[in-house]
Amino acid sequence: MTITNPSGTDVTPVEMVTVFIDGVALEVPKGTLAIRAAELLGIEIPRFCDHPLLDPVAACRMCLIDVEGMPKPQPACAQVVADGMHIRTQLTSPVAKEAQEGVMEFLLLNHPLDCPICDKGGECPLQNQAMTAGRPESRFTEDKRIFDKPINVSAQILLDRERCVSCARCTRFAEQIAGDPMLELLERGAQQQVGTAEDQPFDSYFSGNTIQICPVGALTSASYRFRSRPFDLVSVPTACEHCASGCALRTDYRRGVVTRRLAWDDPQVNEDWNCDKGRFAFTYQSQGRLSTPLVREDGELRPASWPEALNIAAEGLKAARTHGVLVGGRSTIEDAYGYARFARVALGTDNIDFRVRRTSQEETSFLASTIAGAPMHTTYESLESAPIVLLVAFEPEDESPIVFLRLRKAARDFGTDVVSVGPISTHGLAKMRGRRIDAKPGAEARAINDLPPEITDALSQPGAVILVGERIAGVPGGSSAVTQLAQRTGAALNWVPRRAGERGALDAGALAGLLPGGRPLTDEAARADVANAWGVDAARLPSESGLAGDALVSAAARGDIDALIVGGVELADFPDPDLAASAIDNASFVVSLENHHSAVTERADVVFPVGVVTEKAGTFVDWEGRPRPFTKVFADALMMADATVLGMLADEMELPVGPSDVRGIRAELGTLGPWRGARSTMSPAMPSDTTPAPHASAAGQTVLASWRQLLDLGVMQEGEPHLAATARPTVAQISKATWQQLGSPAAVTVTGPKGAVTRPVEAADMIDGVVWLPMNSVGCVINRDLGAQPGDLVSIAAAEGAA
Amino acid sequence: MPLTPVITEFWDDPELFTLDGYRRHGGYQALAKALQQDPDAVIGTIKDSGLRGRGGAGFPTGMKWGFVPQNDGKPHYLVVNADESEPGACKDIPIMMANPHALVEGVIIASYAIRASHAFIYIRGEVPNAVRKVAYAVEQAQAAGLLGTNILGSGFDLDVVVHAGAGAYICGEETALLDSLEGYRGQPRLKPPFPAVAGLYASPTVINNVETIANVPYIIDRGVDWFRQFGTEKSPGFKVWAVSGHVNRPGIYEAPLGITMRELLDYAGGMRDGRPVKFWLPGGSSVPMLTAEHLDTPLTYEDMAEAGTMLGTGTPMLFDDTVSVVKAVTRWLEFYKHESCGKCTPCREGTYWITGVLEKFEAGHGTNAEMDTLVNVCDQIAGRSFCALGDAAATPYPSALKYFREEFEAATHTPVDEQFDPVASYVFSGVAAR
Repeated sequence: MTITNPSGTDVTPVEMVTVFIDGVALEVPKGTLAIRAAELLGIEIPRFCDHPLLDPVAACRMCLIDVEGMPKPQPACAQVVADGMHIRTQLTSPVAKEAQEGVMEFLLLNHPLDCPICDKGGECPLQNQAMTAGRPESRFTEDKRIFDKPINVSAQILLDRERCVSCARCTRFAEQIAGDPMLELLERGAQQQVGTAEDQPFDSYFSGNTIQICPVGALTSASYRFRSRPFDLVSVPTACEHCASGCALRTDYRRGVVTRRLAWDDPQVNEDWNCDKGRFAFTYQSQGRLSTPLVREDGELRPASWPEALNIAAEGLKAARTHGVLVGGRSTIEDAYGYARFARVALGTDNIDFRVRRTSQEETSFLASTIAGAPMHTTYESLESAPIVLLVAFEPEDESPIVFLRLRKAARDFGTDVVSVGPISTHGLAKMRGRRIDAKPGAEARAINDLPPEITDALSQPGAVILVGERIAGVPGGSSAVTQLAQRTGAALNWVPRRAGERGALDAGALAGLLPGGRPLTDEAARADVANAWGVDAARLPSESGLAGDALVSAAARGDIDALIVGGVELADFPDPDLAASAIDNASFVVSLENHHSAVTERADVVFPVGVVTEKAGTFVDWEGRPRPFTKVFADALMMADATVLGMLADEMELPVGPSDVRGIRAELGTLGPWRGARSTMSPAMPSDTTPAPHASAAGQTVLASWRQLLDLGVMQEGEPHLAATARPTVAQISKATWQQLGSPAAVTVTGPKGAVTRPVEAADMIDGVVWLPMNSVGCVINRDLGAQPGDLVSIAAAEGAA
Repeated sequence: MPLTPVITEFWDDPELFTLDGYRRHGGYQALAKALQQDPDAVIGTIKDSGLRGRGGAGFPTGMKWGFVPQNDGKPHYLVVNADESEPGACKDIPIMMANPHALVEGVIIASYAIRASHAFIYIRGEVPNAVRKVAYAVEQAQAAGLLGTNILGSGFDLDVVVHAGAGAYICGEETALLDSLEGYRGQPRLKPPFPAVAGLYASPTVINNVETIANVPYIIDRGVDWFRQFGTEKSPGFKVWAVSGHVNRPGIYEAPLGITMRELLDYAGGMRDGRPVKFWLPGGSSVPMLTAEHLDTPLTYEDMAEAGTMLGTGTPMLFDDTVSVVKAVTRWLEFYKHESCGKCTPCREGTYWITGVLEKFEAGHGTNAEMDTLVNVCDQIAGRSFCALGDAAATPYPSALKYFREEFEAATHTPVDEQFDPVASYVFSGVAAR
């Protein structure tokens, strides 16, 4: 419906009107568009420009209907129904039918008859509606309009202007939904065409959606163009593995290979949209895969049979006295649960963590007390009804793109006030009509404690929301400050991790001190609960919190951990990759569960290949806490899920852990349910008002700000050159004043403890004395190149030779 | 019926375009009068006068002003549509060049009436002379305290912006004009909301034609009764008729509504070389054509509607028997094809289609079946396009076919230029050919 009540909780009665469509009376909310009302009756009025999530434009004129009392046929997509209105569609009105047929004939005049080679052929609204509303033969015998084709509107998106019907869905999407209005209609009349400014491509993280909503084959992707026909594809509903936004997807495959992915309609989550990473980055699934178990012999890895590898792994693990488990942030909740259970039952250890990133003790406490196993309370819908959303250490456009889209919608349609605590006003923030509360990286806690009364008052209103990103772990006192702020104001507080598996892993208990469902490990009743579900003696479970985060990695690096189980971990993602590598190197026995060769598999003693998302069923839990279950795409895939391999390993160790298939684990998780007992409380790790704010003491010193851009060097984006080419250029950003102090250079060199990077520099709307660099982009990987993290002091200088 | 020069009365004064010249002939007296009245009284006067929009549609001006919601807390805007681009229409540009202060005075009075403190004059960009004249008039009015703050001590403030268009016929469509004025690509907007509620910058906006606004000072100054002595009950007042085509003295003739084409033609010196009128259009290429049998039909909104056409801009174009109607219609359709903005399908594709077929007719390659197809294509455009441009494009062919079917039939076998010597149609006696 076009009229929605965004509040969800505070439902006001909706005024209804009665409309007659083709003689059938129907009650709909006032303000409903005729085309939507007709849909409710199952009457499909043909349309091209209409899209329920875009503002009506009434340009294509395909949906003309006959409205009693109106002299001319009206576009159903823009016609608001009125009480007592009589509408006749093509089903009962010759006027409407003839008008629609006329428009269809017009649309086909200049449309090339290349359906047999068109990507859209077979799933094309123009093709379909030409069958229902078109003439069998064209009366048009003149020459069709010709354009060069295809042309790139970005590295990924190709435009075939001859096929375009000027419905303006793509341009309206770019402007209204994504907020990247680089796609525009140009020229006029029959020469009207979609295009971009000459030297400015369609630069949007959401560009792929335009292909999906294009009602013809005018927009195609470089990666899919001419690869297959829709009717040769098998489609499976799936969930996106790239981030915690939780998009519903449709995965299409042919002959055992995924050919494309589409956003699937989930009004509560991603609506009809997804980001380009979720759409295009799936090649990794089929490239460079591990196919058999590997075991180390004479220092070299060699393929081995499953029984042999399992045997060696079991012996090695049994021989070790101390164990550690690193899960990685991309597991399904079922796999994370497998690790959590395996650690406690088979290895008898609580040394486990899923956070392959910067962590802190304070964050661990925050997650355990506030997030783990918490029922869903702050959702996408909450963002729309929120009077204010405060963002802390969180850049939605890069770190959770669908949250970004929803915040943009909330701001645009419902007036939600978006406020970001941070050093920089990004384009993303501008697109959410947001504003900034100044805070240097690492000093956000102080800014939160010192929020102006205007903000805290707004946060005290019903429905106010605070969202913190995973970078809160790098903010001393940050988690404590937001917790206190939420308590003080009553605002809802939620955590938006970046990786798809983090929330699920947290809920599954893949973190030291936490058992599934947010159960504190140190709580006897909680342990009893879990032991009961696992069918083991509670005494067998560790009762003391183990090592997590830096402590776990450091302990392993010191050689204090004998054996490590590592699943889905990129060493390069740790804040100190060298330390992480030495952790793996210094453990005497390492078992790796991986789908690709990696720095961990290179160092492991036993490697088990496991399935990627297309080869297993599972569930991601999005930032809301909403389960996003998905099924196996390739029903006959032989690869096993991590949990299944761990189950076999436990059996081999003669320490069985219980059901290890998805169904069994889901049943166990269901039986356990969330923890209803006492939770650990968030103890302020560091009184925020004494937090030392890092500041540039010496000349040329500056505080580093950084996050991961949506499109970067992430391993799951490998093998997609067209996608990679749409990544944002790697540039440093500093304030105008800082830039001028440096002599207005074209490039700067930023130097950290490990080294330096030199990048082009842009003056941005940000606070002085801070430099922003992307965390993991081409030419700038800050942990590797600088050895620095956000909030650290680095030095900055104009690059030599730069103007 | 006699000529009644009002707006054009002093056009022989070369200084009329200046403030002094305009004042010499009584200019800005109406403004002083208006500012002493309540704005609603001014609206009332215009309503009572029955003044109808001179841009083509003939919508009652006072009613349009009355649509603007008052005390709504939003700024109001007056926008003058001076984007005169209709083929055959040439009345607003002469008014702006000869008597720009009548426009400016009208703008001030109209703005006062609708409580606008900003007015915009959107002038067709291809006529820099008109832009300069109006800009100069605004400048002079500003310097004389007729614009700006506290105009004539009334407490009324008004700023006027003169804006030059960038060369698109569609920007004469009022909502496309607003988009263009706001800096966007000029394409018509979805209505509702109508401009009176959400127009320029989403605020209540009145959009009036130049000639309409230029009428306002005279009505305010001389009164409703004076105005209503001209014209008819439904079409009161006088009109700046711009007569063009194969007439001996093409030009501007100001006369009451209700004058006939034959009378106007007499003023224009009759047809070239005494040739017969073959067809004529009362108001631009967007209205259906008429023939010699309609020369005695009064030129009013209602009588033109009765005759199956529209008064339109009131700028008659007359064609004699040297002209091929097929060729004339083809040229008009080429214009509409070129000017179609592309937003909606019927206009964008329909003009492309019709033009292609008509060009075949022009070359003598049409078919009888296509004659009917084109009627059907025009039916598929008319009433289904987004704005009136499509309706306009669907107008010339059916009306031409109605009166001159045999010419289209002839164009199925003989090129038009072989039937009608093109030179004969454009050469006036005494002017060397080519």
